[in-house]
Amino acid sequence: MSDSFNLEIVNPEKLFLSLDNVSEVVVPAFEGDMGILKDHISIISFLKPGIVKVFTGNEVKELYVEDGIIEFSQNSLSILTSRIIDIKEIKKDDLSSMINEANEALKDENLDDQKRFLANQKIDVLNRLN
Amino acid sequence: MASLDDLKKRITSVKSTQKITKAMKMVAAAKLRKAQESAEKGRPYSDKMHNIILNLSKNINDKENAPKLLAGSGKDNVHLCVVMTSDRGLCGGFNSNITKKAKSYFKKILDSGKELKIVTVGSKGFDQLKRAFKEYIIENISFKESKNVNYFDADKVGKMIIEKFEKGEFDVCTIFFNKFKNVITQIPQEQQIIPLKSEKSDDKNDVMNYEFEPEEDEILNNLLPKNISTQIFKAMLENSASEQGSRMSAMDNATRNAGEMVEKLTIEYNRSRQAAITKELIEIISGAESL
Repeated sequence: MSDSFNLEIVNPEKLFLSLDNVSEVVVPAFEGDMGILKDHISIISFLKPGIVKVFTGNEVKELYVEDGIIEFSQNSLSILTSRIIDIKEIKKDDLSSMINEANEALKDENLDDQKRFLANQKIDVLNRLN
Repeated sequence: MASLDDLKKRITSVKSTQKITKAMKMVAAAKLRKAQESAEKGRPYSDKMHNIILNLSKNINDKENAPKLLAGSGKDNVHLCVVMTSDRGLCGGFNSNITKKAKSYFKKILDSGKELKIVTVGSKGFDQLKRAFKEYIIENISFKESKNVNYFDADKVGKMIIEKFEKGEFDVCTIFFNKFKNVITQIPQEQQIIPLKSEKSDDKNDVMNYEFEPEEDEILNNLLPKNISTQIFKAMLENSASEQGSRMSAMDNATRNAGEMVEKLTIEYNRSRQAAITKELIEIISGAESL
């Protein structure tokens, strides 16, 4: 296919996903969702908690990420993230424990604005999944 | 000479030691495979992270205002050393190799009149360093409860280091760990993580013009703390593979030595048994002759 590019998703433990026929990826970049197609300009950005959508042909894969950095150059996209879960494999119990974790973090009075925003965002996304 | 009974007891005891070391070797071999695998799987992440940071720092023109984690605090007075060792012993020279390397580094720092602070990760390193450097050790972390190396442990260490850095408690941070080369060779390493040492790569050709969203320094501020955790995680992975490799070869040697010992003891046992029989025969014969 001519309009596809490479995608690599890595987390610290392993290479999570590696595809070479991706037609579009939508990532929750820090300043708003971003759709990446082939021949996108080289870009580095970081992610907020949200859903990464990977389009391959007619298939759509949805993955929950907690944070991460993306780098796109020469038609290959790398996503580095510390926590990533396929939405289909996510369990109700895990979800609620993750929501609790985020709520717990929010209680910290000394949290700076950015962290507070990220935690709120996380709760939002998780609640939508729940 | 030891009596027959004593020899017999010793042989049995050496044999059971041999059994233990053999079992430990097997366990280490199985764990090694796993640890090696995860060390290899972890490499893409830290490599990619490293590349991105390299690209970013090349794009930063204003070195003065670069984040402190990258550029350092501008001073070189207080050194923080993170010594990463295992929580268990019986793994050959694994722990003492790291501490040896660390100790010579400590001496260098102290001799040049700088201040030294030590954080030990893993209880064995703490045990070995507390005798000579007790007053410098500010923290001792151990992950005995975690079965496998995981990122969240590394992140904890990383966050602690960054917190201390932001409070201005140290200027330079170096980590010590064993790099896994193969089962027999592990190389003790020192790696400076704050300020970040960028390798001298002058080939400007591969400098890409990236678009940044948000600004470079904001990304760097977000990325650098993660990089520290990643480096520590990498060190932990390398360390755990090295530990198992080192234990495996140590236990292999121990098993072989025990085998040699059993052989020697068996020969000695047989000789003294024969000597006893001969002695008895002589006694009987000479008794019969005197009649």
